[in-house]
Amino acid sequence: MSTDEIRSSKQQELRVVNRPLARHDAAGKIAGTTRFAGDFAFADMLHARLVRSQMPSARIVRRDASRALAIPGVIAVLFGEDVPNNVVWVDVPGQTIEVAALKASMEVLATERVRFHGEAIALVVAETEEALAEACQSVDVELDDLRGVFDAEEALSDGAPTVHDEGNLLAEWNIDRGDVVRAFAEADIAVEGEYTTQFVDHAYLETEAGVAWYDDDGVLTIRVATQVVEHYRDIARILGVPESRVRVIAPFVGGGFGGKEDMTVEPYLALAVARTGRPVRMQWTRSESLLARAKRHPMRMRYRTAARRDGTILAHDIDITSDSGAYAYLSALVLLYSAVHACGPYDVEHVRLRTRSAYTNNPPTSAMRGFGGMQVVFAYESQMDRVARELGLDPVQVRKRNALARGDVLPVGQPIETEVLIADTLDGVVARAGVRPEPSGPRKAVGRGLASNLQSYGRLVWLNDSAAAWVGFQLDGSLTVRCGVQDIGGGQASSLAQIAAEILGVDLDQVTVHFGDSARTPLAGTTTATRQLYMSGNAVYEASTILRDQILRALADETNQPFESLSMAEEGVVGVDTALPLREALVVCRRRNVPIEALGTFFGPKGRPVVRDLRAERVFPDFTFGSHLADVEVDLDTGHVTVLRYIACHDVGRAINPRSVEGQISGGVVQGIGMALLEEVVLQDGVNMTGGFFQYLIPTAADVPDVETVILESGEGMGPFGARGIGEPPIGPPAAVIANAITNAVGARPTALPMTPERVLACIEQGGRAGGEGAP
Amino acid sequence: MTDRVEVSLTVNGRPTTRVVSAHLSLLQLLHDEAGVADPKYGCGEGVCGACTVLLDGEPVSSCIVLAAQAHGGEVLTASGLTSPDGTPSPLQEAFHLYHAAQCGFCTPGMLMCATAILAGSEPLSRAQIREGLHGNLCRCTGYGPIVDAIEAARGVR
Repeated sequence: MSTDEIRSSKQQELRVVNRPLARHDAAGKIAGTTRFAGDFAFADMLHARLVRSQMPSARIVRRDASRALAIPGVIAVLFGEDVPNNVVWVDVPGQTIEVAALKASMEVLATERVRFHGEAIALVVAETEEALAEACQSVDVELDDLRGVFDAEEALSDGAPTVHDEGNLLAEWNIDRGDVVRAFAEADIAVEGEYTTQFVDHAYLETEAGVAWYDDDGVLTIRVATQVVEHYRDIARILGVPESRVRVIAPFVGGGFGGKEDMTVEPYLALAVARTGRPVRMQWTRSESLLARAKRHPMRMRYRTAARRDGTILAHDIDITSDSGAYAYLSALVLLYSAVHACGPYDVEHVRLRTRSAYTNNPPTSAMRGFGGMQVVFAYESQMDRVARELGLDPVQVRKRNALARGDVLPVGQPIETEVLIADTLDGVVARAGVRPEPSGPRKAVGRGLASNLQSYGRLVWLNDSAAAWVGFQLDGSLTVRCGVQDIGGGQASSLAQIAAEILGVDLDQVTVHFGDSARTPLAGTTTATRQLYMSGNAVYEASTILRDQILRALADETNQPFESLSMAEEGVVGVDTALPLREALVVCRRRNVPIEALGTFFGPKGRPVVRDLRAERVFPDFTFGSHLADVEVDLDTGHVTVLRYIACHDVGRAINPRSVEGQISGGVVQGIGMALLEEVVLQDGVNMTGGFFQYLIPTAADVPDVETVILESGEGMGPFGARGIGEPPIGPPAAVIANAITNAVGARPTALPMTPERVLACIEQGGRAGGEGAP
Repeated sequence: MTDRVEVSLTVNGRPTTRVVSAHLSLLQLLHDEAGVADPKYGCGEGVCGACTVLLDGEPVSSCIVLAAQAHGGEVLTASGLTSPDGTPSPLQEAFHLYHAAQCGFCTPGMLMCATAILAGSEPLSRAQIREGLHGNLCRCTGYGPIVDAIEAARGVR
């Protein structure tokens, strides 16, 4: 194992938090007893599947279920007309107020028009999987091909086929700061680059799945793999029933990464149960998951950068186009993230930024880890290396010279309120890296690259984000935490247990966390946007603190000791020279009518919604910063790239569980390496050619090195104990790191992802051999 | 409608007999018929390894093995690694300690692949462990913690 490092600048006396404890949720996963969404079953359960469009753009001419309904065991076939309210409004999911209308909607089941290959047209429900398979083949759907558009820039050009009547421009965000024209005129150098990214799939191992039923209370209950239990509101609206009559339970989820942020199987399960009255299961196949679920946005990013001879970045002139696919989903907000993050963790005085997202007849695109804040890293960090090379400067020094500091203002207008350790993260990876390895043979070239990034944590401030948690002692002194957090594998629930245990002085094995139930746990918002540790962590911190203070106040009154002299520890309630066992303290509370439970709600910072021309005092709560470094070896004959070594350093504020932090960093980096070198959902004129893991290649254990982590703890984050979020940040740098390393090795720069052997060979030919751009 | 066959096999030491469709996969038999839910469907084409079980001691992707092919065989799944009194095996302990499971969906398959890797007697390098895991995908951990756990279980470190 790599010996990972933690360096803290603000120490705290902690007992449970900040320790690399085994996660409480892992025991069942390792014993093989955890029941995921698709593992749940009822004796009289039905099965459901969707009939999907075979064409990317077509008019629906005819739909006929009569042949399917004649098959024994087929219970129902639903079309759009059978859906009480056949509209999925595009809104930001969650508990918050409505977001500025995007005037975008999609049908639950398409009735007149399909806009992408894989769009749902019919819902089939049957007694057995066998009958279901046969029935899906027997639903007659006749489509009349319509001219489609399959490239975002083409979609924005005159005369392009329109995907939606309102036009193909879904969203546009601009930033103008300073005087870019003058900055370029006065600059010593200007460098230019165009960078493209691809459709990327979340490729979690658990495909979209769930089981739904009418529970004994008559509430339509859906146990589903989701990052957002609060979609129960959307489901209620589609069914035309009160929100209180729908309940969503998120069991342990087999990976999310943003792919289970929008609804997947939920509305279909709900419709099938409402129609049949019986429990229903739906599980998408891998091929359906690759075909129909929203992907990461491909982006075309044009950057012009002006700099002074000393490496100071004077200006960025940026133009970004993203492909939002056939429906809006969260594309407008993803693009907003791109706009806000587009200049990276640097102070840039003059900025002109134009970003647009266009409808096409490609698969929809939406949330994926990094959420628009990660594609731009590939562009801005390639530009930083280009500036360094052009000026003959050390790429590390160029980054340090321009790094943001507390008090600097982002181009969008938001000041940075917490300490920024970019220079320390750069020093962290460079010191760790040491001497660069030698090539393993004569036709190999080794290169080193690095990149830094920032990534927001917490949701956009005008969403009025909040999270609630309930913490209560049992009479035996064990502790129950209830929090609506969805646990998608990052240790979300386990971290909450650590926080409660820390504050209330109990052992971790005394804590049980009930999570992910829209009816029975206090709502805690989405497990997205790197917000759960920050938001729900603070909610549990709040609830635990309230509870602790209630108990201590009761004991202070009871024993005539000052409140301030009491604390909760493993021995119970401890005073200057007294210690009352916890159970007895709880008895005192009950006798004195003091509750032994508390509800805590944490509210995120507030701000006004933005408009197209961005100017905001605050967009996000805060940011996480980091730097990565890699050594790669390029095979000069085949173009194959081997990542020899990978080091990642982030300031996480405080590592609530250092092992979980390392896990987030290591996992994020390997996903990033996959996007850099291997992964692509391939489309031919909107037809999805990527039918399985044979075509969609994610990294295997043999494709990647150990990810070495260096964790910095500034104690400066807005989360509990000074923590920052770390779920998304580590996926930003890898593509840029590897592109910079390849450039360093072969002398020419790859600018399109994934950096396949063919593309790297083209660079080798262009660069005419090793020893190219500046090595850190 | 379809040909049905009787399949008898031992699953985690328990004799099991089911009459099933001739083209039912071993994974479906285990998961849907025999109530052994720990092998997971991840891809249905033998690529991801989430459904890995040991069939007569050999690791197989149970999604591309027909139930009928396993007739008379002995199947071991991840839940069968736990001893009858509930004590986790040393490999399971190591997975827990080293955070080798994040979302946990690949974990049952990983454990069985790791069991097969550890069945050999010669010491293994990290690179060899990684090579041995190449048929089991994980999207959460980046693999390092899984390799750590297997190394620890092996007693190399």
